[in-house]
This record gives sequence, C-alpha cells and structure tokens, in this order.
Amino acid sequence: MSAPLPALVYFSSNSGNTHRFVSRLGQPAFRIPIENDQLPDLDQPYVLICPTYADGEGRGAVPKQVIRFLNDPARRAGIVGVIGAGNRNFGATFALAGRIIAQKCKVPLLYSFELAGTETDIARVRAGLEKLGGHLCSTAA
Amino acid sequence: MKDMIETKIPRAINWNRLDDDKDLEVWNRLTVNFWLPEKVPLSNDIQSWATLTDHEKQLTIRVFTGLTLLDTIQNSVGAPALMPDAITPHEEAVLTNIAFMEAVHARSYSSIFSTLCSTKEIDEAFRWSDENPHLQAKAKAILDTYAPGNDPLKRKIASVFLESFLFYSGFYLPMYWSSRAKLTNTADLIRLIIRDEAVHGYYIGYKFQRGYEKLSATEQQDLKDYAFSLMFELYDIENQYTEELYDQIGLTEDVKVFLHYNANKALQNLGFEALFPPEVSEVNPAILAALSPDSENHDFFSGSGSSYVIGKAVATEDEDWDF
Repeated sequence: MSAPLPALVYFSSNSGNTHRFVSRLGQPAFRIPIENDQLPDLDQPYVLICPTYADGEGRGAVPKQVIRFLNDPARRAGIVGVIGAGNRNFGATFALAGRIIAQKCKVPLLYSFELAGTETDIARVRAGLEKLGGHLCSTAA
Repeated sequence: MKDMIETKIPRAINWNRLDDDKDLEVWNRLTVNFWLPEKVPLSNDIQSWATLTDHEKQLTIRVFTGLTLLDTIQNSVGAPALMPDAITPHEEAVLTNIAFMEAVHARSYSSIFSTLCSTKEIDEAFRWSDENPHLQAKAKAILDTYAPGNDPLKRKIASVFLESFLFYSGFYLPMYWSSRAKLTNTADLIRLIIRDEAVHGYYIGYKFQRGYEKLSATEQQDLKDYAFSLMFELYDIENQYTEELYDQIGLTEDVKVFLHYNANKALQNLGFEALFPPEVSEVNPAILAALSPDSENHDFFSGSGSSYVIGKAVATEDEDWDF
C-alpha cells in the first residue's frame, strides 16, 4: 500500500496561477481564502504552496492571508515543508515567499516553480510529495 | 443636434473605495519599483564593450533598437489603447503608470547607446530597425489588434504577448552577455525592465481573465482560438527575426528555446495552458541564472530526501513576521 500524501494548503490570488497548479496536481487541497476569515483547520501534517508578491526590495513577499494562517501556533505546528511560486523575471526575489516561510517555520523549501508551473514541475512535485508522504509515515511509526 | 454631443466627465478617483484590490496592489508594486536609467552605472561597461567584436557590437545595438521600437509602441499606442476599456478608474490610473514606464524603458536604450556607441553606429541601427521586415511585421501585427473599435479582450491578448513574449528574443542577448560576465551593468538595467514587463504582463493578463470569465463558452472558445492563432503568427515572425539576428553568432537554437519558454509564460498570464512541451522549453541554466541571480533553484525533492527530519515546529515569534 502506498503511503498517504501529506495534505496540501495553498494560497492563490484572483490571478489564479497557484490555483491552476494545485488543480493539476490532482489531489485535494485546502485553499486559504482571499477575503473571509474562514481559515482551514488542520490536524495533519501539510505542505504549504505559496506565491510571491514581493516588490523590488523583497518587501511584502508573503501574502497577508498566509501570514495570518501561520501566525496561529496550532496551524503552524503542522507544516512540514513549503513550495514557493513566482516568476524568474523578478530576479533575486523569485519565489522569495517560499524561502521566507521555510526560514520562519524551520522547514525545508521543497521546490520552486514559475506562474502556474510546467508539466515537468507537476511531475516532480507529485513524485516528491509521494516520497515525502512515505517518509512522514515511517517517521511517525 | 447639440445635445447629442455629450462631454463625459470622469468621476474623481477615490483610492479608498476599490472595486478590485488588484488595482491598488499593482499600483503599489509599480510605484515602489520606479527607477530611471541614470541610477545604473552604465559607463562601467565601456571596457567590457571594447572586448566585443564588431559583429557582436552591431548585433547588440540592433537588438536594443528592436526593443526600443516595442517599448515605443507600448508607450504611445498600446497602454493608451487599453485605457478606454478599463473597468475601474483605478485600472486606468495603473495603465498611465505602465505607459510612462514604457517611455522610461525606451529612453534607457538610448542611455546605453550614448554611453557605449558612436553616433554613426546608433544611426545605422535605427535605420536598420525602420527597415527590418520581421521587426516591422511584428509591430504591425500588434498595432492592427490595438486599432480603435477592436475587441477590448483581443487588445489585452496582444498586449500580454508583447509584454511577456515579443521582448524576449531581444532580452536574451544581454542575459547571455551577463552569463559570460560581459556588459553586466547593462544587464542590471535590462533586469529592471524585465521586472516591470513581468508586472505589466501579469496585470493585463489578470484583467483579461476577469473579462473572459464573463463570456459564454462559445465566446470563450473563439477568443482562445484567436489567442493561439495570434501566438502562432507572432511565433513565426519571431523565428525568422531570431534566425536573422543570431545565426551568425550561433545562438539561434538557444534563443528559440527561450522563445518557447516565454510564449508558455505569456499564455499562462492569460490563464491558458502552455503551448510548447517541456522538452523544447528547458532554457539554458546559465540564462535562467542570469535572469534571477542569487536565487538558487530549489529542488529538495530530487535529492535523496533521506536527510529530511520533520522540523519540530519551532515557535516563531509573531512579531517576527515583519511584513
């Protein structure tokens, strides 16, 4: 029997790039809402997928909604890794949100991709999540 | 008859009441990112410029006049053409910023020229850009779409293709020089332009998606067909333009991969799927590194993974989140 995949949590603004990426992964995921206060409650380990909104100096990279989500210690406790999204055209701040969250939450930055991701990104992340799922399983046992 | 002519007075713009938060988000991003070419020490590239062969110099100047033309179009026609279609007054204000920054970009190339080149070389290159059939063809394809009375969403498609695709046959070259430690200050300036164009393509693509989602399924299909056929038309021109410019220096195939990669990103800005498969869109890592220096490519997954230990949820201070 294959190990269960870690849960997925993601944020996507109305431009929808991260949402399209997650949809193509083909596994259920919790979306951190853009507007209302209904943050998902999670009692299982999860991987966070987060786009970047930094200015030229890197300020404001992590969306406010994601900060609010992670500011809750109980929710923060479940994060096992982060995947950053962005656009290489933003130079050194490419996928910066992923790096910042990894540092703040002391979890590995698992992967970075651009916009809504490529087929290659999807295949790599799917395979990576399976491997991670297996690892979490054996660590828990 | 006189009451048939009505002067339409716009409402005073209230930035404290937004119809679309994205307008303020992008306004803030663009204004914080404002820059002028005088900030970049281009004269530090004079020595490096002297190491290029005559052909490499000519190629570089020509590429930059081609980029100047696209920026000129976007400044004087493209962004203004989108303004009457704006849904919110704030969108119109963002477009004025986009239009102005395109003028800054166009002006920047002349700063590069006056720092590095002779008047004769500059004049020759501008003459070349006036006459080059491929450059003129892509300008015409875009301008036809921008024409008054045309479909507002088609205009946005053309605009995103210009911002996120057509520039890249040109942007390739300074990234290539930069990867070989040449013209690095010029590359810094080009990266500022690339950063701006990325926000422009993202924002116009976002506005396109808002209009697109209101259409019927048939209308959506028609518009999507239009987008892909315009992409094919532009791609065909870009291929010829690329061959003419880069054949002699032996970079054509590398540039074409970069075109595929950027065409896919332009389509993603519109919310569409990629056109070119991964095997022809894997850009030379040296070029990717030149695009986003200091940002390593993170692929934890492709490592062994065995070193992974679950982080013991170290309680970070909430004040830590200094955003």
